[in-house]
Amino acid sequence: MGLLSDLFFTFLSTIKDVLPIALIIFGFQLFVIKKRIPQTKKVIVGFIYVIIGLAFFLVGLEKALFPLGKIMASQLTDPEFISGGIKTATDVIQWQEYIWVYLFAFMIGFSTTIAEPSLIAVAMKAQEVSGGAIGVRGLRIAVGLGVAIGISLGTYRIVSGTPLHYYIIVGYVFVVIQTFFAPKMIVALAYDSGGVTTSTVTVPLVTALGLGLANTIPGRNPMIDGFGLIAFASLFPIITVMAYAQLSEWRAGKK
Amino acid sequence: MNSAFLQFLKSVANSFRDLLPIIIVIAFFQIFIIQSPIPNINDILIGTLLVAIGLALFIRGLEMGLFPIGETMAFSLAKKGSIFWLFAFAFALGFGTTIAEPALIAVAGEAANVAANGGMIENTETAKSGYATGLRITVALSVGLAIVLGVLRILKGWPIHYMIIGGYVAVVLMTMIAPKEIIGIAYDSGGVTTSTITVPLVTALGIGLASSIKGRNPMIDGFGLIAFASLTPMIFVMVYGLII
Repeated sequence: MGLLSDLFFTFLSTIKDVLPIALIIFGFQLFVIKKRIPQTKKVIVGFIYVIIGLAFFLVGLEKALFPLGKIMASQLTDPEFISGGIKTATDVIQWQEYIWVYLFAFMIGFSTTIAEPSLIAVAMKAQEVSGGAIGVRGLRIAVGLGVAIGISLGTYRIVSGTPLHYYIIVGYVFVVIQTFFAPKMIVALAYDSGGVTTSTVTVPLVTALGLGLANTIPGRNPMIDGFGLIAFASLFPIITVMAYAQLSEWRAGKK
Repeated sequence: MNSAFLQFLKSVANSFRDLLPIIIVIAFFQIFIIQSPIPNINDILIGTLLVAIGLALFIRGLEMGLFPIGETMAFSLAKKGSIFWLFAFAFALGFGTTIAEPALIAVAGEAANVAANGGMIENTETAKSGYATGLRITVALSVGLAIVLGVLRILKGWPIHYMIIGGYVAVVLMTMIAPKEIIGIAYDSGGVTTSTITVPLVTALGIGLASSIKGRNPMIDGFGLIAFASLTPMIFVMVYGLII
């Protein structure tokens, strides 16, 4: 019974999220454009699919993925697990001890990004518009790798306690330089892919990981150090997507 | 009917393939590294099935509803030739989808706690909820403006990278003068604004506009709206932290 009521309430809250968007769209359609929407029935059925689909998706995540992912994040960051239960007198943290955390961050970043619905949407459009030059699969893997690198670097930052803005500013400088060498058609898409990576699936897991780390490492403030992982996850895909286009161009040129 | 059902099963199977990496990662860590049994295996199986069905339905709805409506609205508004209504639509879409975004509400609440602990505002419920609401309005305004700016860029055909680089410079400059407590939240707020429903709509809007205006290439000019929507909140949130 719990499952059905979960589904029902998530369904209601999804409707609440979609409502302002639907109002804006249908309001403009009715009062500004003043034309019937072509294939109105199909569009409305599509909206209903989106709402039901998202509700199923969210309930499934809450049931399966999030509890497990959060337990794992807390187990992996537990000092018992890290130093094998041996209490040392010194408070010095060896960043190498957190190797499983970086690996977990890398793999969970990659795999959740592959399943991120908004990335699938953008990749579908990119394939359509580029006439197949950019594939759905290739783009998703490139973005997934970017998030993976970003999040593992972000966990390293929390462990080592270095300031967030140094990493982000260096990343920006890299993006700016890379922009001038990347194929022109990829630039806008690459910038976009930074923003789409971080939504429904990735954010809750990554936040749990960041807060878990910041809570268990002495001298870290969860309020200051727990944030910032999302910023890493939005920056690095820009670099990997441009690199993906550069690589494809280079391979095409060699043939 | 039967073939429609078959097609649905096929897309559920495809969604499973998308979820496979997550399943492998979790199983690997659980079995080899953490070495403890997985709790509530039933819940996990049901949950995974729900996720796969949900993803399949969502993608189908995307193709039937969100993509076509985003593009036809862009076409109609471009054909109408009224810049005012186009900008009004762009702003409403950005502002309206952001203000109610659950991820933003969560981040704004956390930010209010940080501000109260840091002594920037009084540590009372009213002060905190006022701060959180102010932050949400700030971010929603910045996303609305970002979409308007992005639409203007598509109309004019300006190259995106100068605008984004300009935005980066503004972020870096703001980082130097903004209060330290707000920086992490400001950086994260860029990522949380773009939700699963906003992204397809905004992408379709950009591509629809770029395809309906002569001389614009949808690949070069159509993308980029989301990039603006993730950049401006960082700047605006740091300004907000500076003023309050």
